[in-house]
Amino acid sequence: MKKFKYLIPKTLDEAVSLNQSHEGSAIYVAGGTDVMVKIKSGKLAPDYLISLKHIGVGSQLGVNRETGALHIGGLVTHRTLETSSLIRLQYPIIHDAVQRIGSTQIRNVATIGGNLVNAVPSADGAIPLIALDARVNIYGSAGERTVDLVHFFEGPGQTVMDRGEIVTEIVVPKQPSRTGGAYQKFGRRAAMELPLIGVGVLITLEEGSNRCAKARITLGVAAPTPIRTLSAERYLVGKEITENTLNEAGKLAAEESRVRDSVRGLAWYRREMVEVLVQRMGVKCLQRIKETEAL
Amino acid sequence: MNKQPLEISINGDCYSLAVEPNRTLLELLREDLDLTGAKEGCGEGVCGGCTVLMDGKPVRSCLTLALEASGTHITTVEGLAQKGELDPLQQSFIEHGAVQCGFCTSGMLMAAKGLALNNPHAGNKEIRNAISGHICRCTGYTKIIEAVEAVVDRSLEKR
Repeated sequence: MKKFKYLIPKTLDEAVSLNQSHEGSAIYVAGGTDVMVKIKSGKLAPDYLISLKHIGVGSQLGVNRETGALHIGGLVTHRTLETSSLIRLQYPIIHDAVQRIGSTQIRNVATIGGNLVNAVPSADGAIPLIALDARVNIYGSAGERTVDLVHFFEGPGQTVMDRGEIVTEIVVPKQPSRTGGAYQKFGRRAAMELPLIGVGVLITLEEGSNRCAKARITLGVAAPTPIRTLSAERYLVGKEITENTLNEAGKLAAEESRVRDSVRGLAWYRREMVEVLVQRMGVKCLQRIKETEAL
Repeated sequence: MNKQPLEISINGDCYSLAVEPNRTLLELLREDLDLTGAKEGCGEGVCGGCTVLMDGKPVRSCLTLALEASGTHITTVEGLAQKGELDPLQQSFIEHGAVQCGFCTSGMLMAAKGLALNNPHAGNKEIRNAISGHICRCTGYTKIIEAVEAVVDRSLEKR
């Protein structure tokens, strides 16, 4: 493995300034499950690794009492999310995704911020968060800024982040009542697998009816970045949510997807699975809304 | 480049070492400390052969820099037996014929130990989930799951 120096800053600002002083030859590392693989394979060749583990921010997970927003620190591990009762009970769409990322060993160290920054088209962690209209707080030498997660990704491995910036926090706004969400990672192996396709659906129903007030249908591996399928979402709003309308939304989402052939699967198959899974996840959303109301 | 200091506890023994920053925890264990229980299979986190416990949680030692383990307690398969007595999991692996070629065994044991520490009453589904990140080239998964289940059952009886 290439030689490098390992730096352990104690604050966020120290991390940023270390990165600045080694401009171009330093890489941040959190859980290291992606960075280490890339260094071993030679895809990354840093002279300096800057560990983010001890910067003292980014490990919080909780709901802001005033705003009702969920705050997830960038350094929160997938395992922490997976085992959090807050996530499992109130944000099951996030739980669906994080419990299937990597393996227990990977989830014990891999962080949600790292999952986003790595920006693979499958980004299991991102699909549910986009459905939840999450925003990302980014910190760098120019200060802090906030970006909607849906606009965070620019291409495979590419994000809006400038060199030296760090994802400090993901903020999920309070969801309306009668909202249900579900995510399905679809692949061959239960662990250590990138999905053939990832489908997230989030539905808000109007009070006292099954009419859709808000819909989000987000896909992974369906384009160079995670995407929302706006035509399918627009179709659902104002309609009764039934198996038929969900089927139609699935068709629209499949049409809107830009799936392609790869070693993991062919485009036609992925398109069919988008259609099937949008419908299934939609049904699961309804079930979850009912379950919540029965409590 | 220069070595950096590392304080680490491995199987209950404390070490003060100086290591190259690019040394993985697995290399440190196998090559410097002669603890060859953890195996390198794929070297990229996919096979599970290099699994060790860091502060009681299973991690991939091939993707962990030795320096990242600074200040932690590492348990390897060599640290499972206590006072010459095999860990109940090790004994159960033997009794159930859960070891074939043996290459995946230490990783499987450490994942199972991590599960047992975290959830002593894990069911079949949790056991399968806990070892889902491991590959057994002999495909002997069933016996491994049975071996872990037997230990979980025993701890249930004790209650």
